[in-house]
Amino acid sequence: MKTMTSVKTLSGSLAQAAGSIMAVMAIGVTLMFVAGHAQSATLHDAAHDMRHATGFPCH
Amino acid sequence: MVSGAVFAGCAAGLIAALLHFWFVQPLILAGEQFESGERVHFAAPAGHAHDHGTAADAAAEGAADGAAVAQAAPDAEAEAGHDHSAHEHGTAGHGTGPDIKRDLLTVAFTVLIYVAYAFILVAGFGAATAMGQRVGPLQGLLWGLGGYAAFQLAPALGLPPELPGSVAADLGARQVWWWATAGLTAAGFLLLGYGRKPWAFVLAGAALALPHVIGAPTLGDYFGVAPPELAAAFAARVLGVGLLAWAALGWIAGHFWSRGDGV
Repeated sequence: MKTMTSVKTLSGSLAQAAGSIMAVMAIGVTLMFVAGHAQSATLHDAAHDMRHATGFPCH
Repeated sequence: MVSGAVFAGCAAGLIAALLHFWFVQPLILAGEQFESGERVHFAAPAGHAHDHGTAADAAAEGAADGAAVAQAAPDAEAEAGHDHSAHEHGTAGHGTGPDIKRDLLTVAFTVLIYVAYAFILVAGFGAATAMGQRVGPLQGLLWGLGGYAAFQLAPALGLPPELPGSVAADLGARQVWWWATAGLTAAGFLLLGYGRKPWAFVLAGAALALPHVIGAPTLGDYFGVAPPELAAAFAARVLGVGLLAWAALGWIAGHFWSRGDGV
């Protein structure tokens, strides 16, 4: 996250920060898909109560 | 940035898990009792059927509804059926005390989902900061409320949180609508918050309205086996717990962001 550090301190351009912003966003969305939406039976069963309690379409 | 997000996500996830076991889990377990047939909505109490003619009638009607589910919604029912037969933990907790494995998995996945939310929020903080906006606890709180609206409240307008035992439209179609609604609502809120031109607000209104103009996929009829009071309490509590946990997430993430911790 060195890029992000320098961008924060310089309050630099969005273009400069775009790479790390996109990377962090992609990690978040991927995690959300795996935990909340992926339909493997094991994942579904393990995450079942959380999925219901977070309002994700579960099954 | 990443470690701040992980910490904020863990803290908010633990708050959410605590509230979950307080408010929501008892309703999930009750819903599963109706789903499995252990309890039947409107069933006459055993041995008192003669006292409750209307209840017995309603039970018969309920049985007919059950048959209608099997006929009218074979896909949805089959889909629910295959998943539920796979639940090794399905009703294991009933009457034998808490199911530790199931509950620990719920805590773990609740923390995981809030860490995921935190990454998305912090990516937004990064973009806002790069555009010269200050992000502290107050802005974090607003971002958290926006995230709640995008990822829970707006999707819930079309797809209310489902008590186990609910029968709903095709899963794939609901997931597509869910992601589109979350994305468009997030875009709408960002345009409202950071847009400077009139067209930005018009676009924001369009983005916020579009998923609901199109409408969420539904079956067009109702097949739930649980009492409506239970399903209503479940939906309300899920949304209430989500609001509190997202507010905490945004505030904590904003706090760490402004201090520069974990960058």
